[in-house]
Amino acid sequence: MGILETKNLTLNLNGRKLLDNISINFWKGHIHAIVGPNGAGKSTLAYTIMGLDGYRGIDGDIIFERESIKNMSIFERARKGITLAWQEPARYEGLSIKKFIMASAKEKGIGEVRDALMKVGLNPDEYMDRALDKTLSGGERKKIELASILSMKPKFVMLDEPDSGIDVASLEKIFDGIRLLKNYGSTVVLITHSLTVMRQAEHGFLICGGKLVEKGGIDKIYPYFEKECLPCEHKNIPELGD
Amino acid sequence: MGMDYLLKLAKEDEALKDKNTAHLTINLNKVVSKNIVPGLHIDTEETEDGVNVHLAVERGVVIEKKVHLCFGITHEKALQKIVMDVDVGKNAKIFILSHCIFPKAIDIKHIMDAKIRIGEGASYTYEEKHIHSMEGWIEVYPKASVELDKKARFKTTFELIHGRVGKLDIDYSVVGKEESVMDLMSKVSGRGNDEIKIKEEGNLIGKKARGVLTSRVAVRENARAEVYNVMRATAPYARGHVDCKEIIQDNGIATAIPIVEVKHPKAHITHEAAIGSVDTKQLETLMSRGLSEEEAVDLIIEGLLG
Repeated sequence: MGILETKNLTLNLNGRKLLDNISINFWKGHIHAIVGPNGAGKSTLAYTIMGLDGYRGIDGDIIFERESIKNMSIFERARKGITLAWQEPARYEGLSIKKFIMASAKEKGIGEVRDALMKVGLNPDEYMDRALDKTLSGGERKKIELASILSMKPKFVMLDEPDSGIDVASLEKIFDGIRLLKNYGSTVVLITHSLTVMRQAEHGFLICGGKLVEKGGIDKIYPYFEKECLPCEHKNIPELGD
Repeated sequence: MGMDYLLKLAKEDEALKDKNTAHLTINLNKVVSKNIVPGLHIDTEETEDGVNVHLAVERGVVIEKKVHLCFGITHEKALQKIVMDVDVGKNAKIFILSHCIFPKAIDIKHIMDAKIRIGEGASYTYEEKHIHSMEGWIEVYPKASVELDKKARFKTTFELIHGRVGKLDIDYSVVGKEESVMDLMSKVSGRGNDEIKIKEEGNLIGKKARGVLTSRVAVRENARAEVYNVMRATAPYARGHVDCKEIIQDNGIATAIPIVEVKHPKAHITHEAAIGSVDTKQLETLMSRGLSEEEAVDLIIEGLLG
């Protein structure tokens, strides 16, 4: 059963067509991968679904639980259960990790924060009172962002390049988190061009040049991407729109 | 409403019951209570519109517990002028936590004029927190002139993030001799028609003297802020940094004028200043977790100033 559907989704930005007539149906409680080379439009699709500033003027529609969300603000979409983890998480001078996670948490309590940090392999005693600022590595911020999402228990979550900045030893913790989200009943969308990350998904959607090129089980998409996309020299430069 | 209420507001009431904790509480121009510990001297003189305070720490004395100063005004309209004269002896150490509480202000003016001398190898830390009412008008004029002897350390934090600012005009000037360290931080949140002016000046005149001037300001509604940070270095291996960040919302206006002046080829000063709205990615991340735009902005500013 579908939870979120993009219907003929098209996005023009500065005269360029970044998304071109994309129709995808994400299945409730499943793990999906949006795959494609750099510049294909993967992150753009995620930003458009989240409704970020500059990604709102779409043609087509986005349906979440049978309701159009195309005119909703970011936080209205989030309050319906949709969220996004950025490839490069934001830094906040002075804001404690505890407060950052608590802002997302479904149940606002220290226990929830501690639990979320432990699930991503971070010691709560060491991290809770630290600021979410430049003193943390990219990998640490990535884990903290995942912790905030785990505490939110979203219905639909998009993780943009979840392995970026993560060392090999920590990657398994990120994958544990993804599986945990599935156990919560969340629908997970992995935005990736990594074969390792792709393997965590059940379904795949291949995007190139802002268009949906192929879709199916990950057993079908994975070898297709490996064989056709990795050696491909196609440049993802969006066409000028109509 | 009496001084007990003010102390509770500042969460100071428990600390002031401790006989081993030095304190001084002043309401308008009256010394309400005082406690000193060995090696610390606090002499006061009540004047027509305030109190003159002479605070001295004996040479080599380390005051273990924070010294609490509480300056309050329970009146609605008043002028309070505190003149502070501070001497920290050679190798002495003191940490002062100062609260300025004006919860009922309609028309209040608070002037602080401090002259501070920190002896060789001594350490003086001064944290000043203001608690103002949300209504009315308050004018606050904190002025300090600080002299740091060789290897002395001066660290101060000025915080006004609760209640309305009114008019604030900070004017601090610090001179640091050889291997001294100065660290000045201001955190202010303005709204309504608040007027904020921060002028901090560091003069690194001694070899290997170091200094940092940091300002964090948020202005909302029609508030205005001007930050003048001046750092001068005239001695070899002096190192300084000026760091100003101001967030503006609504019709707020912010200005930052960092001045760095180096008069020795082996000295080095850096500066960074950022003024603008809340960072879009910070905002959108919090909104994607379900916070409204206003809640997200509040949390970002709370982090910056907290």
